[in-house]
Amino acid sequence: MPPVLELRGIIKAFPGVLANDRIDLTLEKGEIHALLGENGAGKTTLMNILYGLYKPDMGQIFINGEEVVIHSPSDAIARGIGMVHQHFMLIPVMTSTENVMLGVEPVQNGIFLDKTKVAKRIREISKQYNLEVDPDAYIGELPVGAQQRVEIIKVLYRQAEILILDEPTAVLTPQEVEGFFKVLRFLVADGKSIIFITHKLKEVLAVADRITVLRGGQVVGTVAAKEASQEKLASMMVGREVNLVVKKKPATPKGVVLNVKDLYVRDERQNLTVNGASFDVRAGEILGIAGVQGNGQTELVYALTGLCPIISGEISIMDKPVYHSSPRNILERGVAHIPEDRQRHGLILPSPVHDNLVLCTYYQRPFAKGVALQQKTIVETSTKLVDQFDVRTPNVFVPVSTLSGGNQQKVIVAREFSRPIKLLIASQPTRGLDVGSIEYIHSRIIEKRDEGTAVLLVSPELDEIIALSDRIAVMYKGQIVEILPAARINKAYLGLLMAGVKPAEALQSVPATIQEIEVERVF
Amino acid sequence: MKGKATKLHTESPLPKEALKIGGYRGPNSNILQTLLIPVLAVITSLIIGAIVVVISNKAAIESYQNFFHAPGAAIIATWDAIATAYGALFYGSFGNIKELIEGIKAYYAAGDTKPILLAIYPFTESLATVTPYILAGLAVAVGFKCGLFNIGAEGQFGIGALCSAFVGYSIKGLPLYVHLPLALLAGAAGGAIWGAIPGYLKGLTGAHEVVNTIMMNYISFRLSDWLLKGPMKATGYRPVTPVIENSAMLPRFFPDPLRFNWGFFLALAVTVFVYWFLFKTTIGFEIRTVGANPAGARYAGMSIVRNFVIAMTLSGALAGLAGATQVLGIDHWVGQGFSAGYGFDSIAIALLGQSHPVGVVLAALLWGTLRSGATRMQSLAGVPIEIISIIQGLVIVFVAAPAVIRWIYRIRAIRAEQIILTRGWGG
Amino acid sequence: MEIMENKTALNSRKAPNMRSRLTSGIVLIAIGLLIVLLFGLSLQAGMKSTFGLTPLDDKYVIPLPALVLPVQPAIYILALVSVFAGAWQLAHGTRSSTALVGVVAFCFISSFLIWATKGKSMDLVGTMNTSLVRATPIALAALCGVISERAAVVNIAIEGIMLVSAMTSVITATVAHNLYIGLLAGILTGMIIAALHAILVIQFRVDQIISGVAINIIGTGISSFISKRFMQANIDQLNNSGILPNIPIPFVVKIPVLGPVLFENNLIVYIMLILVAIIYVLLFNTPWGLRTRAVGEHPKAADTLGINVYLTRYVNVILGGLIAGIGGAYFTIGSVGRFEKLMTAGKGFIGLAAMIFGNWNPIGALGSSLIFGFADSLQVKMQILETPIPSEFLQMAPYIVTIIVLAGVVGRVHMPAADGTPYEKQ
Repeated sequence: MPPVLELRGIIKAFPGVLANDRIDLTLEKGEIHALLGENGAGKTTLMNILYGLYKPDMGQIFINGEEVVIHSPSDAIARGIGMVHQHFMLIPVMTSTENVMLGVEPVQNGIFLDKTKVAKRIREISKQYNLEVDPDAYIGELPVGAQQRVEIIKVLYRQAEILILDEPTAVLTPQEVEGFFKVLRFLVADGKSIIFITHKLKEVLAVADRITVLRGGQVVGTVAAKEASQEKLASMMVGREVNLVVKKKPATPKGVVLNVKDLYVRDERQNLTVNGASFDVRAGEILGIAGVQGNGQTELVYALTGLCPIISGEISIMDKPVYHSSPRNILERGVAHIPEDRQRHGLILPSPVHDNLVLCTYYQRPFAKGVALQQKTIVETSTKLVDQFDVRTPNVFVPVSTLSGGNQQKVIVAREFSRPIKLLIASQPTRGLDVGSIEYIHSRIIEKRDEGTAVLLVSPELDEIIALSDRIAVMYKGQIVEILPAARINKAYLGLLMAGVKPAEALQSVPATIQEIEVERVF
Repeated sequence: MKGKATKLHTESPLPKEALKIGGYRGPNSNILQTLLIPVLAVITSLIIGAIVVVISNKAAIESYQNFFHAPGAAIIATWDAIATAYGALFYGSFGNIKELIEGIKAYYAAGDTKPILLAIYPFTESLATVTPYILAGLAVAVGFKCGLFNIGAEGQFGIGALCSAFVGYSIKGLPLYVHLPLALLAGAAGGAIWGAIPGYLKGLTGAHEVVNTIMMNYISFRLSDWLLKGPMKATGYRPVTPVIENSAMLPRFFPDPLRFNWGFFLALAVTVFVYWFLFKTTIGFEIRTVGANPAGARYAGMSIVRNFVIAMTLSGALAGLAGATQVLGIDHWVGQGFSAGYGFDSIAIALLGQSHPVGVVLAALLWGTLRSGATRMQSLAGVPIEIISIIQGLVIVFVAAPAVIRWIYRIRAIRAEQIILTRGWGG
Repeated sequence: MEIMENKTALNSRKAPNMRSRLTSGIVLIAIGLLIVLLFGLSLQAGMKSTFGLTPLDDKYVIPLPALVLPVQPAIYILALVSVFAGAWQLAHGTRSSTALVGVVAFCFISSFLIWATKGKSMDLVGTMNTSLVRATPIALAALCGVISERAAVVNIAIEGIMLVSAMTSVITATVAHNLYIGLLAGILTGMIIAALHAILVIQFRVDQIISGVAINIIGTGISSFISKRFMQANIDQLNNSGILPNIPIPFVVKIPVLGPVLFENNLIVYIMLILVAIIYVLLFNTPWGLRTRAVGEHPKAADTLGINVYLTRYVNVILGGLIAGIGGAYFTIGSVGRFEKLMTAGKGFIGLAAMIFGNWNPIGALGSSLIFGFADSLQVKMQILETPIPSEFLQMAPYIVTIIVLAGVVGRVHMPAADGTPYEKQ
């Protein structure tokens, strides 16, 4: 029996980078095959080729032993391939039904949409695979987990036999991940075959049958999950012996730098996203906010940095209240911000590196005298910073868009760290970065903390939070559920809190002895 | 991504075909292309303009009806039409070398300045026409730098003209060095207000400046209609303002009918100021940053509203100043339709000049001379002056879509270029 | 996260609900007081305003007696209603504050009309019909905008398209001695120019506004050029087409008020009304509509489902051009029977404002176009009534209304999410 899918010798190049370098991959029927690799390894490119979004420069694709050429997503869909993208391809202002039927709409009387038929089918699929979805709900109003279910139903509605899932667990709590794995097992029991892209080692070992590791566009190896271990996979991913523990001294926190009390924040749709949050961060410690994306963390950070109005509550920095302060005012108080979306919010991509490095300080001495910019000083200081922070760039005059993701993040770090700061707010600081950059950023954050800066770390990567934080706050539906010191961390317990279980209840479901758990390297 | 590029050449022994894909192109072709594309754009537009001239030329069309009998005649007629039209255009823009030589001879022979003056008249007229274009082009360019599309330059121009004319004719008995700056300032102020309103609306509510500035244009047209028929009307029947006082006029260099005046150098001085403002000051830094990435600017602490308002106010002031120089330097009074054409012209100039002050001056020189010559082209060769609009529109298209020029002339691209100014209607 | 890019939250610190209710309540009350101030004072008692409800020379409709209103009481009552509405908003707040604003706007406009008509009479039904007629090119421009922008292509070139279509339709109609062929020519012109815009914007990724402005410039240039060079000298051969006749629809034309307003118009007006209905139905109930909207909101999502984003945009822009072509033809063969330079006078842009005000919805677009058409027809009436306001200020009214409307509305309408951005595969 030929494998249900085989990729042979796939090559794909983009200007300046070889994304896929002679990749071979097979998928057996009824298999869950994980595609593992760090950011930039070429996993998504490969799957986009399979789904018809890109054309391979060379190589062949075989489905059930027959060679096929996939020209477009419609082609892929017609051949039974379905893809759930990392960033959902859903239209917020339309309902689940409309999103599911887009492109394959059934019509009655020749031209009118037949929404009832589709809704009925959605309910059928829903039941069959345990994917609860309301056909008439607007996507924009659904929580992320539900949106993901709609995406999966979209794929199943088109009778996909091969499912490609790109980083599906990024938006789920540990408990939801379990439920998600159950769904996968339902699907393969029904004869579907699944490719699962991820960078999370633990999950891969929990659910996959076989694992293919990509590194730098090439296949490093394919192993059966039974024969693999975290360490082995990690070194395959990175190519060297990986140290799985973050070295840091214990924290010596001093006075409170940031104090948040009963904070309420609304988003633009008038939804209450921060719902009475309270916490504090002291100088010399890292407070990590753990939680699934979408529970108010983003809005919390916006409120703290002055980018969004506060309904009620108190924020004070160094005992001085922040109330209706502008972003500039807050920055001047010694707050540094590494934003979630580095390209849109953290940098001015078309501008030169030196402009980006003085983005927060250009109006102050010595970079400006009155309104006149001191270009020489700006360039000199920028050159020093680039050196100091190991930013790989030919010079400070090139547009910052020409730098790699890791180096762009280093520019942001250099900018924020080069002025006197008391509070550092870091939002997903290592998203999408390669291991080298991740190590670098982590070490600089810990360095700052050791210098006495208060650090607020927000990240959906639980492992990153656990590795870096001195205290961990769990955020669920806009509230801080509990704050724990690092020594008392139990991942399962955290997972329950992140899913909304009350602390008292969660304690009961978790083993009595709270152990130190393996602190894991984040990829 | 340097690391990966190295891999491409050393670590994977790939078939040649794979290596051809993607790749790195030379660094210096960028400057060449920045200059090449606009030049080719203008040339191509002129060629298309020539085609329009031929099509609308009676004699040429008639000769084509006999094409198969007398092809030579058709070609001659075509060439004739184009040569007459563009010849008149050139003459109207620059004048005639022969006339200049005759003029110099006459001067040395009899001390008669008139022939020289007449000979340089077309060229000086061109420079005089260029002056408001420089300022109006700067106005739109400043807007672009902040990511704003100021289509209201025409309205701001008109309001500026009216304001400066008002100060010019209503205040009497002031010396030149007081009255003239006052009148110029009035023009700039009028334009500034007219530009600030849409800027403020955009910052506060996100209402798109394209529609708002266009509406402000129409409002300014009606307003000036009313003013010229009523409160600002000179005695008599024509809807025009009184002539301004001598103390408000921009001094001219030559006797009548040459109209070349200080305004040209004022415009150049303002250009230097705008350059300094945009590239050497903190405010300019903010404006350019907001234009490049408003979200990022906000994160860095900059105020979007403040910068929108500053940019639109400055933009309006420049356009108003353009109107002022036209009144105070050339016409000395304002009539209906005074600002016609300056709006779209200034957009074309800003685009052609890539929104850079130096580029704007060069583009304005081109435009002014074209326009100046076009009036000649209309009277001498019978080609309606509107053909300039067609040529301008084409230039805008070609500059904004370098891909079209490249496709026509088979030039390879450096990297995907995109000049995106639009972010839809909500900002 | 698009939160901070929403300009209404951008730098303003509005706390929602309470504060905006306060502001709007006070504004509404202020308008009520303004009504009294502007229109109610300095009135002689006993003056009456007469509003004709039957057009004078109408042959079909069942006649209705005129509406005669005593000026002073009427104005004070309307002022009272405004104040009451404002007070209600202050104290209570309603879910539909738009309705309240509509009521107060109605009061203000009615007071203005009553005041302007004092001691004289005004043909109200005739004005309503003129409003519809004046609104027609605006509505057609707005519909063109809706179809195009629902697929995320901004089309500022509508003004230029209408201008050139106006010219070609009148020339063709004159030469062929047939108005309907002229209409067809206008439609074809619209489609061709729109196709040009589409190619520039989709294929060559030109900035959509630049392309629109360029096309406007070229369109203005070409139409003025041809008008000057060929048409002015040859009026009878090229510029004298006649006008589309008014077609009364039997039976319904007899209905008082509605009859003369809706059912006694020319072909283009009927086409416009039918198009509004058809486009509404198609946009929300057919696969074409669903795909169009998807392409406009999230082209990548549509692409991954096999929808051809480029093709959809081409089709929509060209269809929009078709509609704009009809709009352009209206100016000549539907209105005055000849072409004059720059005769569209900004109606294309006002149509875009109507589209935004109407929330990118065909019926909303019609509604807002009617408002602009009303403002337009009003200024003519005011001149006839010798209102003491200079005509130029009345002529400014539509443009000022546009600005005010846009300012108030931008935060509350939903623009197709991908509007204005070109789509790049790969």
